[in-house]
Amino acid sequence: MSLVFYAIAGLTLAGALAAVLLKNTVHCALALTVAFAGLALLFLELDAQFAGFAQILVYIGAVAVLVVFAILLTRGSETPKDGVYSRNWLAGLVIAAGVFAVLGWAVLESARALPHETAAPTVTVLQIGNALMSRYVLPLEIVALLLTAALIGAVIVAMHEKEGQK
Amino acid sequence: MTPLAGYLLVAALLFSIGLAGALTRRNAILVLIGIELMLNAANLNLIAFWRYGPHPEALTGMMFAIFSIAVAAAEAAVGLGLVIQIHRHAHTTDLDQMNRMKG
Repeated sequence: MSLVFYAIAGLTLAGALAAVLLKNTVHCALALTVAFAGLALLFLELDAQFAGFAQILVYIGAVAVLVVFAILLTRGSETPKDGVYSRNWLAGLVIAAGVFAVLGWAVLESARALPHETAAPTVTVLQIGNALMSRYVLPLEIVALLLTAALIGAVIVAMHEKEGQK
Repeated sequence: MTPLAGYLLVAALLFSIGLAGALTRRNAILVLIGIELMLNAANLNLIAFWRYGPHPEALTGMMFAIFSIAVAAAEAAVGLGLVIQIHRHAHTTDLDQMNRMKG
């Protein structure tokens, strides 16, 4: 466990906490970007360069921008008068704490059985491309279909319905 | 503590933060942000297990994470489109006020 890991993990968790806790929705989206960047750094720390850069491109480049667009289109940056938390926030908090307790207990109980430090795997983008085009070609095609369907679906759902044109 | 346990704990904490956000916020967009955080925590687990697993050259966990990132992007696009449409229809993104299915 290096100092770098603790620093990146702290950054990621601080970003995630801010994204969930802040009152202004635009600030939440910015904090979410910090959390995504921290996750990309964690991926790089885990020697998964391709996944790390895919994380930066997809999440920071697309999802975070999409979230900001949605916030501005719905005028969600105005803080509502009756608070930002739901009526039954205490139950949600208890459920989340319970889930973390179970997950943390499971990890700590099995910590001795987990594998120790291994040599860093040398995985090149060439290998990933070869795997995508040979063994994982069917999932790749299905993801392509899913992305097309999601694209068309999102456009149709968000398309403006003109009055009297239904 | 082994490095893998550290990553798993960070992922568990991230998942819980996302779950708390999804369960306690009123704004629909913030709920989607919480769901994104949970998906990312799962991705971190996949990559960590790939890195410290017995056969990293098989690329299984890495491929799973890459496909999961693609599916999460599609989910975010459709989810935010739905939120925009609901806002246009009901003029609110407050989930506590969305209590009927009739339009």
